[in-house]
Amino acid sequence: MFGYLIRRLLISIPLLLGILCLSFVMLKLAPGEPTIVQQDLQARATGAQRETLRQLYGLDKPVYEQFGRWLWRVVRLDFGRSYSPDGRPVLDKIAERIPITLGLNLLETIIIFAVAVPLGILSATRQYSLFDKAMTVFVFVGFATPDFWLALLVMILFGVQLGWLPISGLRSLNFEYLPFWAQAWDIVSHLVLPILVASIGGLAGLSRYMRGSLLEVIRQDYIRTALAKGLSKRVVIYKHGVRNAVIPVVTLFGLMLPGLLGGSVIIETVFAIPGMGQLFYQSAFSRDEPVLMALIVIGASLSLLGNILADVSYAIVDPRIRVSGRRGV
Amino acid sequence: MAGSAARRTTRPTAQRAVVWRQFRKNRLAVGGGLVVVALGLVAALAPLLAPYDPAAYDVKQILLSPSAAHWFGTDQLGRDVLSRMLFGSRISMAVGFVSIGIAVLVGTLIGTVAAYYGGRVDEVLMRFVDLMLNFPRFFLLLTLIALLRPSIWVIMAVIGFTGWMGLARLVRGEILSLREREFVQGARALGAPDLRIMFRHILPNALVPVLVSATLGVAGAILTESGLSFLGLGVQPPTPSWGNILIDGKANIEIAWWLSVFPGLAILMTVLAYNLFGEGLRDALDPRLRR
Repeated sequence: MFGYLIRRLLISIPLLLGILCLSFVMLKLAPGEPTIVQQDLQARATGAQRETLRQLYGLDKPVYEQFGRWLWRVVRLDFGRSYSPDGRPVLDKIAERIPITLGLNLLETIIIFAVAVPLGILSATRQYSLFDKAMTVFVFVGFATPDFWLALLVMILFGVQLGWLPISGLRSLNFEYLPFWAQAWDIVSHLVLPILVASIGGLAGLSRYMRGSLLEVIRQDYIRTALAKGLSKRVVIYKHGVRNAVIPVVTLFGLMLPGLLGGSVIIETVFAIPGMGQLFYQSAFSRDEPVLMALIVIGASLSLLGNILADVSYAIVDPRIRVSGRRGV
Repeated sequence: MAGSAARRTTRPTAQRAVVWRQFRKNRLAVGGGLVVVALGLVAALAPLLAPYDPAAYDVKQILLSPSAAHWFGTDQLGRDVLSRMLFGSRISMAVGFVSIGIAVLVGTLIGTVAAYYGGRVDEVLMRFVDLMLNFPRFFLLLTLIALLRPSIWVIMAVIGFTGWMGLARLVRGEILSLREREFVQGARALGAPDLRIMFRHILPNALVPVLVSATLGVAGAILTESGLSFLGLGVQPPTPSWGNILIDGKANIEIAWWLSVFPGLAILMTVLAYNLFGEGLRDALDPRLRR
């Protein structure tokens, strides 16, 4: 088990390096370069000044040398400074956004699991009932609904027509002047719509997965045995069935890991939430390479770690799986 | 040569009838299939169906709510939303099919080569698949489009070239299992060259799961395109697409609900239809599910 974990981690290193190298080259090969974007802002910059800027950023060196230098700094956790006019350290810019995205996505993940698992169980135990059919419709529609459109719909309904909830940002303009309870409600009310919209897709997928998993478990011989020896159906389903069926569902958490910090560009853009997704969107357009590369480091590392976590947790909770026999993802 | 002509139909007609019978039983899948066909017709006939010129603006008809003259209302430039949506369907279809075409080509090529040659080649290609799968996809899409400037061609290429990994794994798995079958060994024993075995005997048999996966992929690509367009990264105005009409919907969210509701509904129906059709196809083609 431990050996497997080490092996998987070791395999991930060249993969991560590959992703970073590819991203770096992609950014460098694209037409234009960051100094030109900056020159747009300062129209009077001369050729010589631009050359100084290129030297300052090391853009005059060959790409492989730039990558090597960048990598060496990153290993020491130095991501450099943003190219944007504020020129702040990349780590600071990211650090101030992490709590927002992480908080939002943690809440969302908890809600998804807390709601989807019971829904899946109800569907499976009442297979082909009206409830199950309604859930199936919900799942299919949920998969096909664009999240940004759903966002617009709930904004129109709850924000514009009913006027119950605010439709953008995290706080009201008068937040500072509100008493404590009003402040708490202000934050909650701003979170309701983004979390609702962001949860629907995961809810549909996870409840379907739970349903399938439980249906499969119910068909197993040990369930039949448990029923045959006279246990009540209720005990069999909840004690023998659900416990085994929930295993593969829980391991999906690993696959949600990258989303926790990555954030959703679309949700954050629609609701004007200053999180990681929005930072990425802005950086991509201003060609803020240091910030982009830092975000890719985070995203790719989490994706690799999440996969390992999913596989390892699966092996831990389900002793039937022999880890050594599995190929790396 | 005579032998190869007889072998071209790898599935006997009887089996095709079984599949069709199975598919027909699934009413949702048939419904999805009908919508898919209807959407294809709408996209093809958009210029004939559209009641107005999708680009014609009229300052006296700004932001009209739905009526008999404008079924889906008008936008902030007085353009007819229904006409714009009809033309927008062409963008969705084109992006869906071309990008998945690219993904199928790349995925099939890589999966085939990996499976057939095995060993070192397989190892390298599958590691590359792992690498691409761990690349945060939306990051990749966004960065590429931001660097290349958005246009319909860039969107197609970018969605296609970042979406082939699942297909590559699928094709590889299919081929690995087909490779050991008697009919392939027979062909090899007769001295057929590698390429011939691959294209004549193995790939046609691996095609069915690829087809199902591609059908579902079209739905995914249409969703992705509309999302990118909504972020302003897709097809650029004034060319209408379902995603970029929704940008106007958001801008006028307080006053014109119809600009948001109808294009999104079109995306939802399209994606739903392709998903139902694809899943029905898969169930009908999988002999294990037959009773």
